[in-house]
Amino acid sequence: MHVSDLALTDFRSYPEVVLAIPAGITAFVGPNGQGKTNLVESIGYLGAFSSHRVSSDAPLVRQGCERAVIRARVQRGDRPSVVELELNAGRANKARVDRAPVPRIRDAAGIVRSVVFAPEDLALVKGDPDVRRRFLDDLLVQLTPRLASVRSDYDRVLKQRTTLLKSAGAVRGGRRAVSAAAEEESGGGTSAGGARSAALRTLDVWDAQLAATGSQLIAARVDLVRRLRPHLASAYEQVSSAQGELAVTYRASVTQARPDDAPDALDSPSAAADAEEELLRPDVVEARLLEAMSRLRPKELERGVSLVGPHRDDADLVLGGMPVKGYASHGESWSVALAMRLASFELLRGDDWGGGDPVLILDDVFAELDGRRRARLAALVAPAEQVLLTSAVAEDVPAELDGARFDVMAGEVTRVR
Amino acid sequence: MSTAYEGAVADLIAELGQLPGVGPKGAQRIAFHVLASDTADVARLAEALIQVKARVRFCVVCGNVAEAEKCRICVDERRNDTQICVVEEPRDVVAIERTREFRGRYHVLGGAINPINGIGPDELRIRELMTRLADGTVTEVIIATDPNVEGEATASYLSRLLGSMGLAVTRLASGLPVGGDLEYADEITLGRAFEGRVTMRA
Repeated sequence: MHVSDLALTDFRSYPEVVLAIPAGITAFVGPNGQGKTNLVESIGYLGAFSSHRVSSDAPLVRQGCERAVIRARVQRGDRPSVVELELNAGRANKARVDRAPVPRIRDAAGIVRSVVFAPEDLALVKGDPDVRRRFLDDLLVQLTPRLASVRSDYDRVLKQRTTLLKSAGAVRGGRRAVSAAAEEESGGGTSAGGARSAALRTLDVWDAQLAATGSQLIAARVDLVRRLRPHLASAYEQVSSAQGELAVTYRASVTQARPDDAPDALDSPSAAADAEEELLRPDVVEARLLEAMSRLRPKELERGVSLVGPHRDDADLVLGGMPVKGYASHGESWSVALAMRLASFELLRGDDWGGGDPVLILDDVFAELDGRRRARLAALVAPAEQVLLTSAVAEDVPAELDGARFDVMAGEVTRVR
Repeated sequence: MSTAYEGAVADLIAELGQLPGVGPKGAQRIAFHVLASDTADVARLAEALIQVKARVRFCVVCGNVAEAEKCRICVDERRNDTQICVVEEPRDVVAIERTREFRGRYHVLGGAINPINGIGPDELRIRELMTRLADGTVTEVIIATDPNVEGEATASYLSRLLGSMGLAVTRLASGLPVGGDLEYADEITLGRAFEGRVTMRA
């Protein structure tokens, strides 16, 4: 697919901009702070319904305005469709597809698909687990929109359960202080005890909810990791030409929490494969989560946190037998990050519902890469149906990615080639 | 926004802004509508507000809104005493009454289990429900809490609590809206409808 026309109203720095964009490669060139990224960010937003730069929508609306509008005409195969998204500051966003309003904004998701490469991607490798979880979840939602509600239900359940653990734990701590102070006086602190037991009575219910939604999320993520794996290995090989194979495994907190699994038992490849196989089954995962939560309950109450579940999981990246995080050089880390994005691109383009290649967006990445990686990445992405890239200077754009060019200067976008 | 106005107008806008579903713009619109209205109309509105607080109480049996000690459903002798429908809010009673399908009694919990807002079973009218069930007249409890995370948690808490009492505990089905098109149903609802499919009588 490709975006043939883009119109922005009060989006970021743009009061109004209308662009016709060709298929193939298009570069947006201009000094920093002129609004290049804002253009590609809008297209990325249509794909993921979130920005790769900020987590809330508020910064996307131009200062002092009430709403921003992104409108794009998309060519999927030979069918054009128009997606329009209205971002409202502090209110629900609205979407229209082919001029008809859609009841839920989620219905407009998946029409424009994109994969965004950005300087922030290095965090996929070097950052905390939440960055990798978000990478997996965002990709999951693009592939299976239904999972968006599983994900939000899970977040809700987790928040409720953790709040409950905190308040029950606090009551417990308070009671302990009371009983220590008045050790002789029995019968004191009954009200605290009562509040605690009320909290504990509902904890079972939240355990069940967490296990039911969390198991679906884990199974979906494990399935995704398995589908990503071959793409990831081949993408890494192409980008880096380095020795060693890039492998990814899903590290589930529920597996790690098992008492009977000695850590080295999972090191044998067959045991790891079996463990992964089991994680694909939501019913198995659900039972394991319930078991782990009942076993860890005293600890959870003490610390006031939920210790098992998809929110504590990670995707381990291993390069030639060594963990990438902490061992890989800066350049290798970049290769791994690029491989993750390229693998998502391959996965999305191979998806039957996707309407062909997702739009590839390369936001300021070439400045981050050395000459060799730059050339390899360029050669890999060049055949995509549409590549949009931004760069501060024209010299950073590799020769393989020669195509249309827009100059971006103080919010003015002019096509120069 | 109300800072731009003075005295009484600002106060009114601030008060209206506290109401559910009313934002700053809406509060401003209502305030100016009130200003432009007849004094008599405004007095009627003010009186209605005061009266609703003064006269309306909550039914001692079911927790529904009532003007006497018991609500009109609890005093209605034609109602079926063997079924109790458990809902979150009084407005849910109204919604179910509109169907005219249900002839049993109600029990209003006054919310759903929601630890974030500090609502546990003790803040809901669950103890009252247990008292009503104690004499064995009721044979079926229909749980009609909202089909969201908190409503489901409340439903499953109740079903655990009532499970050992030897009465039928049922939950309202989730499924397709009647008179609609299948293609317009969202995936979650459609998925639930699949789960809860029923065998057709030949």
